[in-house]
Amino acid sequence: MTSVRGKVAIVGAAETTRLGVIPDMSAVELHAESARNAIADAGLTNADIDGVACAGQSPVAMAHYLGITPKYLDGTTVGGCSFMLHVRHAAAAIVTGMCEAVLVTHGESGRSRVGVGGWGGAGGATLQAQFESPYGPTGAPSMFPIGVLRYMKKYGLTHEQLAKVAVVQREWAKDNPRAMYRDPITVDDVLNSKLIAYPMHLLECCLVTDGGGALVVVSSDRAKDFPQKPVYVLGTGESSETPMISQMEDFTQSKAFRVSSEKAFDEAQISRDDVDHLMIYDAFAHLPIYGLEALGFVGPGEGGPFIEEGNTKPGGKLPMNTNGGGLSYTHTGMYGMFALQESVRQVRGTAPAQVAGVKISVAQGVGGMFAAAGTVILTNEEV
Amino acid sequence: MSDVPRKFAPKPSPETQPFWDGCADGELRLQRCIPCNELYFPPHPACPRCLSDDVKWETLSGRGKLHTYLINHRAAPGFEPPYAIAVVELDEGPRMMSNIVGVEQTPEALVLDMDLEVTFEKRGEVMLPLFQPAGAQS
Repeated sequence: MTSVRGKVAIVGAAETTRLGVIPDMSAVELHAESARNAIADAGLTNADIDGVACAGQSPVAMAHYLGITPKYLDGTTVGGCSFMLHVRHAAAAIVTGMCEAVLVTHGESGRSRVGVGGWGGAGGATLQAQFESPYGPTGAPSMFPIGVLRYMKKYGLTHEQLAKVAVVQREWAKDNPRAMYRDPITVDDVLNSKLIAYPMHLLECCLVTDGGGALVVVSSDRAKDFPQKPVYVLGTGESSETPMISQMEDFTQSKAFRVSSEKAFDEAQISRDDVDHLMIYDAFAHLPIYGLEALGFVGPGEGGPFIEEGNTKPGGKLPMNTNGGGLSYTHTGMYGMFALQESVRQVRGTAPAQVAGVKISVAQGVGGMFAAAGTVILTNEEV
Repeated sequence: MSDVPRKFAPKPSPETQPFWDGCADGELRLQRCIPCNELYFPPHPACPRCLSDDVKWETLSGRGKLHTYLINHRAAPGFEPPYAIAVVELDEGPRMMSNIVGVEQTPEALVLDMDLEVTFEKRGEVMLPLFQPAGAQS
């Protein structure tokens, strides 16, 4: 069977030069600046790029903005994990000869809202608008955590264990100068922060920031010709469950996470024990818990205690969300690009809070509210 | 059942109109697939399990249980926080989002798996299904 396992590599990776609050740049320019940074990181010019993938902006618009004549376009937009899917699709496109160098971009003025359209509009007659919007949601914080109480009842997860997720990620952010929040916090700090949507407190919800990131993906055959250490794509997966969170099959687990990550681990031909570093998109504090379980690192109900025991913190056996995550590093809206960027840095050995000896990193993204998922497994070893 | 015009009002689509007609009659109605017996939500013309369009509308009991929820502390238009946004598991199986009325909006009062029954609130042109503790007067 044909597989893309190890056949493409990320040879350029960069974020916007600034991150956090950038009121003087519009969304499209956040894409473009990270794209220029990533192309430069790869030692290329725009003339070398023949594939464009992005979410939030049209790939047509980005190609034109960046002076690229594309032979491959991917506008897959399934939320914050879109970039994991872009890398996956780029691998297939490159391996089959559709194009040679794919640029994947993200940019979002999530905080400053510069050059941003409205949120799609509820358009009263969609199924979500008929069967969810009337009940008073006010954005993701009032919807995404809706299954947490069911999870707590089923597995006995405590408020303190949930809070601990935010505490541990702040420990990682402490060593990252680009992180939005770096001051240590305690479980009490989290539980005493403002209630946003019970059981979630402010410090259990992701940041809202401005920023962007971009990647350049090429065939592994030529990956050694670039200035940076190649980061090989070892395995990929994607899936979706439901656009309406109220229709999840089981509120205590993410089916999309499970299907996507199983595919990626199968493709990579590795076991969970082979993983040195892990990124799980943390829009809210319960996601790393659901993610650890869905990806098979722990059993059902074991995610909270696993984090509480320190396994994912600095010095732990499974370092996770080492940039500080969406809770402490940055969260522009579609954070998946930043999870990928941190995985690339860790595999290259260039992360601010570098974990020693990372050979394999897994980046797990979520799209919407457990609506979609994408998984990318990266390694610095040639396959 | 007072009119609350400021809250978001759903607009029926051609495929969901019979559901909203049911609500206007004070009933919860969903479609059941005749070949595979699946009862499903949200409404659409073909069964999501087997894709048969041989389906028929059925009136449900209006009873269910509080499956999961959160308590929103930020106000959507027309809402006074804090208020629960819940998922109700209908006795017949499907789950739907709703609000729980006639009960304190606190973790102590809102107990998972408590018995609920449907009630309706006028929203724009439609009657919106809400739930209240079973046995409460609407």
